[in-house]
Amino acid sequence: MATITAQTGTERINYLNVRTTVASWLLTLDHKRIGILYLLGITLFFFLGSLAAAAIRLELATPKGDLMTSDTYNKMFTIHGVLMIFFFLIPSIPASFGNFVLPMMIGARDVAFPRLNLLSWYFYMIGGVLATIALLKGGIDTGWTFYTPYSSAFAKGEVSLAIVGVFLVGFSSIFTGINFLVTIHKMRAPGMTWFRLPLFVWAMYATSLIQVLGTPVVAITLLLVAVERTFGIGIFDPNRGGDPILFQHLFWFYSHPAVYIMILPGMGVISEVIATFSRRRVFGYHFVAFSSLAIAIIGFLVWGHHMFSTGQSIYAGIVFSFLTFLVAIPSAIKTFNWMATIWKGRVHWEAPMIYALGFLGLFVIGGLTGLHLASLATNVHLTDTYFVVAHFHYVMVGGAIMAYMAALHYWWPKMTGRMYPQSWAKLAALMVFVGFNLTFFPQFILGYMGMPRRYHSYPEEWWALNLLSSAGASILGLGYLLPAIYLVWSLKYGRIAEKNPWGARGLEWEVVDTLPHPHNFERTPIVTRPAYDYAHPEEPTAIFPAPRPAYVGGGGKDG
Amino acid sequence: MVSVREAELHLIEHGREVPHLGEQYETIEQQNDAYTIGMWAFIVQEVLFFGGLFASYAVYRFKYLYEFVAAHHTLSVVFGALNTFVLLVSSYTMARAVRAAMLQQHKTQFKYLLWTIFFASIFMVNKYFEYSSKYHHQLIPNQSYSAEEVIHHNHLKVDNGMVDLGKRKVSLEEFTGRTKLFFSFYFIMTGLHGLHVLVGIIILAILAVRAYSDHIRRVPHADYMPVEMVGLYWHFVDIVWIFLFPLLYLMGGQ
Repeated sequence: MATITAQTGTERINYLNVRTTVASWLLTLDHKRIGILYLLGITLFFFLGSLAAAAIRLELATPKGDLMTSDTYNKMFTIHGVLMIFFFLIPSIPASFGNFVLPMMIGARDVAFPRLNLLSWYFYMIGGVLATIALLKGGIDTGWTFYTPYSSAFAKGEVSLAIVGVFLVGFSSIFTGINFLVTIHKMRAPGMTWFRLPLFVWAMYATSLIQVLGTPVVAITLLLVAVERTFGIGIFDPNRGGDPILFQHLFWFYSHPAVYIMILPGMGVISEVIATFSRRRVFGYHFVAFSSLAIAIIGFLVWGHHMFSTGQSIYAGIVFSFLTFLVAIPSAIKTFNWMATIWKGRVHWEAPMIYALGFLGLFVIGGLTGLHLASLATNVHLTDTYFVVAHFHYVMVGGAIMAYMAALHYWWPKMTGRMYPQSWAKLAALMVFVGFNLTFFPQFILGYMGMPRRYHSYPEEWWALNLLSSAGASILGLGYLLPAIYLVWSLKYGRIAEKNPWGARGLEWEVVDTLPHPHNFERTPIVTRPAYDYAHPEEPTAIFPAPRPAYVGGGGKDG
Repeated sequence: MVSVREAELHLIEHGREVPHLGEQYETIEQQNDAYTIGMWAFIVQEVLFFGGLFASYAVYRFKYLYEFVAAHHTLSVVFGALNTFVLLVSSYTMARAVRAAMLQQHKTQFKYLLWTIFFASIFMVNKYFEYSSKYHHQLIPNQSYSAEEVIHHNHLKVDNGMVDLGKRKVSLEEFTGRTKLFFSFYFIMTGLHGLHVLVGIIILAILAVRAYSDHIRRVPHADYMPVEMVGLYWHFVDIVWIFLFPLLYLMGGQ
């Protein structure tokens, strides 16, 4: 590796200036840099996916299918779904912020397997590029679910290439999961017991479990589809003895837990942000911690609720319905505990907190409408309508992306060393909240009235609500564009951030510098206090034993 | 988590002088534990990866029991049993290699790694013969697939385009489709397993070269963990076959 290039007398070494060549970024083993690399990739795919969403809402602004053909429309929502789910939501918080802060939070110098970490980023980028090529080169019209026979017997376009892309990003996700599991088990600093861990770490642990246990199943399923297409066998083709419903079972065995891969890290972020800006330990810490595990475990048993109308046995339906109601309980536990944390807390209305409060409002609506879909009787009426679309956007966009934005605004000073303009950030949060509700609340009503998903035209009488939705989408779009502008602006012109701008507890704020040292900690901390110890502001979270020569100057990473 | 005392003791004894201690770790014990948990997590992931296939196979075997049983009779139990034996022996030599690595006996380790590669290769050669015999009988599940060999092998009667399976009759077209499904699973499952064996051979070869170089250079304390981890992987590949053999070759049904 290159030598230190930016070590001057005045400037401290940090993870950004320790080496600045392009190669030092592309070959980096530093979890913080890999987190930044992921952040860049994720932003790219979020942007591409948003363009497709804009096209969809533009088409639906008028009842007639006048902007694009139904074929093009199918391709648009497939691009939107594939990019947003596999290349944005699943890696979003774990791979970017998880990578950046998790080792700092537990007092480690890095993740357990830095090389695997870098490899996962390459898998992610190669997969993303392949999928994007497939989606642009003729596109695919299967929807993000790759349902057979749309993806096999009746497939058009580059399904195989897209599948290879998703397969690769799946293994990237597995690698991240394995890395974090081991990191959380073995890399905690002395004194960092399980119940002193920040709740973000608990959420990441539960997420990693799902990544390791669920993702391989969708990988083999997509591999089977690819083999079916290449060799003309019929595993999912009823004409040749196969069963397309089996595909759905295998697919949702991963893809329902995957929903929790997307939301659990967000819940972890919300725990951090709410504790910090309420200056209070998260109420019911143990319940919030274990509810993450409960979601991970029960989440594996509910996949059949995606298939209530496929003719699966009514008894299976009843069991899946019951279990789906059950999985709502841990989420409710979290929500009530967050509210109890804010209650009697000293609330500071900074931008990350505004996003977190937005999360609470939207996630509650998203979660509760999930129960309408979980009951067998109402599900028959609502299946494949805009009600479903509105429901999962409330959870995925209103929940996961709100949390993602909260995380971005919360850890931005630590990552970049700069503050962004608070008033602009609050305005953006408000725009996202208003724009989001305008976009998706009308869709609940449309769905209830029976408007089906995935059509590019609809009857005149649904025009007003659809127009409202499209108008809301443009506000939402601006709400996401605004942070892109002021965050980039802040990189150069923002106020220099101090070490702990929010007055938060936790190793990453109290001990790690802004910007962090390449090794995070020049000496390994010994943790003496639980997370969120706002009740004892005079007690440091960690102490340091007398200097030990072996540690000073660190190891080989500095060159 | 490393206890404070453990970390202190370790530093007093070794400093950070263990050459293969990764800089993110405090002690060699922590690093070894991390490797072990990581490898097990990877193996769990592999179980789920194969699990999707096993589950699908079970579904179709249940659905098309008679066709699957008829098709499985064309597999050679002798070849399958031979391969099971070969892989079991390779697991033994792998375990010996791990033991030698722990005892820093580089030459013994090298020898046993070569034996493991040897048996793994025998397995692949056998697999090659099996696959090519399937090819000769047109049992490869592509466009040229034909169920004739299955019908001939099981002495099944075909009249008016209906195949007589004893308890029920199915049309030749259905019979062809369903037995083709069996061979699809046979080739995907054993193929994916074979791929794992091939990857194993490559990694074992790398380890063998390293062991030999350690022997030449008389390295006093080489890191035995890579060998132990590859050993875990190898036993896992072995166990997958232990499940594949009865499921595909042995299990009858009537």
